[in-house]
Amino acid sequence: MKKLLNIYNALIGIFLYAPIFVIVFFSFNSGTSRSSFEGFSLQWYAELLEDDLILRSLYYSVVIAVLSALIATVIGTLAAIGINSLKGWKKSAYLAVNNIPVVNPDIVTAISMMILFVFVLGLFNSMEMGFGTLLIAHITFNIPYVVLSVLPKLRGMDQNIYYAALDLGCPPMKSFIKVVIPQIMPGIVSGLIMAFTLSLDDFVISYFNSGATFQTLPITIYSMTKKPYSLKLNALSTILFAVVLVLMLAVNLKKPQKAQKKA
Amino acid sequence: MSKGVSVGNKKANLFPFSSWMVVFVLIPIALVVYYAFTGVDGFTFSNLKWVYTYRSTLWLSLELAFISTVICLVLAYPIAYSMSRASARIQRNATLIIMLPMWMNFLVRTYAWMTLLEDTGLINSALRAIFGMDFPGLHLINNHGAIILGMVYNYLPYMILPLYTAMTKIGDSLIEAARDLGASGAQVLGKVIMPMSVPGVISGITMVFIPSISTFIISKILGGGKDFLIGDLIEDYFLGSSGVVNYNIGAALSLVIMVLILIATFIMNHFDKDASTSGGGSVI
Repeated sequence: MKKLLNIYNALIGIFLYAPIFVIVFFSFNSGTSRSSFEGFSLQWYAELLEDDLILRSLYYSVVIAVLSALIATVIGTLAAIGINSLKGWKKSAYLAVNNIPVVNPDIVTAISMMILFVFVLGLFNSMEMGFGTLLIAHITFNIPYVVLSVLPKLRGMDQNIYYAALDLGCPPMKSFIKVVIPQIMPGIVSGLIMAFTLSLDDFVISYFNSGATFQTLPITIYSMTKKPYSLKLNALSTILFAVVLVLMLAVNLKKPQKAQKKA
Repeated sequence: MSKGVSVGNKKANLFPFSSWMVVFVLIPIALVVYYAFTGVDGFTFSNLKWVYTYRSTLWLSLELAFISTVICLVLAYPIAYSMSRASARIQRNATLIIMLPMWMNFLVRTYAWMTLLEDTGLINSALRAIFGMDFPGLHLINNHGAIILGMVYNYLPYMILPLYTAMTKIGDSLIEAARDLGASGAQVLGKVIMPMSVPGVISGITMVFIPSISTFIISKILGGGKDFLIGDLIEDYFLGSSGVVNYNIGAALSLVIMVLILIATFIMNHFDKDASTSGGGSVI
């Protein structure tokens, strides 16, 4: 039984990694075809490094991801603290609103904001969608995830320590920074990372809210797939994948010691 | 939960959040509803009539999303279970292995499936090489099956992870106790593991069904563009990919999706009365 399960898991692993293998393999194709391999070459990597459009949109993606994650983390953390101190229907109402962007399909969130932006920008004839609308859109879908990752930490926090700090004469703001923030820090950090990742990876919401001039990487990739497919995309994906793989392995290798300490 | 810490001013903490969510979440949704019920001459139901003419598209979207969700559940369950019973080290590595592909852009991954499935693609070529003959009848792409495969591939991790999280909460001792009391393997599965994994099942279903029903890329790339799904329609009406921009009909279609999902969520919450207390497998 156990053997059967292992074989099954391996099959699913192959299913998950088959396209990844195809992408990496064909990134070294000396030909231009997505499906017939002619010979080994690094030409797509070389071309990638000369592609200003891709490099610029990669830069824009990182800028949007960093800014939106930071802003969403501030707003979301404060909101989580506020929501945690509420009770009854008010708390439920705030949580319900917070869940709207999580539960709504991306495309609905995207077009609802697009309607707003088109409507408001229409009032100021000259403005176009771009950096501003994209940043707002990303902050909007990031906030709920920060709230959801900070809230459990607040619930698990020992509130008496905060009151003890106040009793001992520490001013509220200082007690907040010195006592509350450190206790919920893991939640804040994981919210920040999640927001960053979601933003970096987002296609649907950016697609409807970015305008023609300011494009993030997923949008550029999409516009490139519409033209004859370029293996530059495989080279790019391979590089990004390798970076993530190395980062994940680094984190994972560090973790066991921590886990042992806890146990 | 007992009352939480009141740090600083409650209203000041909530103010940025409340104003942001009102302006960028609630007002936009109100606008969707407004656009769905208005046209050039003000209030109208004609947009919803348009939606009705698309009922076969709606039905197809529901059908494909439903099938993909069921397949994901069936495929994910054994994996999630074996993960939850493995050593901490294997659990960590398995989570990593499952999440890693999600870091590669999903468009590029979906194109890779095209490379695999095409008539001249890798799978067909491999079959030709192995059996030394052509399979002219074997078309793996540009059909419903390929769209379902794309959905299952892209969203399977969203099913595995919540299931796994829920199952890690089932203690080994519980299963051993059931065994000691004479339960068979099937009984343990049916009476202990399955009921206790319900919260994970619910959040997994939600996380697969919602993106599946609203996708507009997978159907374009793997469906050959002949099968429109509701997401494709919405994209068309808002960005005018096929020439017509009409926010009103687009908004009406979006409203229908929202209502469908609300109904689905409602039905599922009915099945899972205590999901909120046990906290289920919300990996996000």
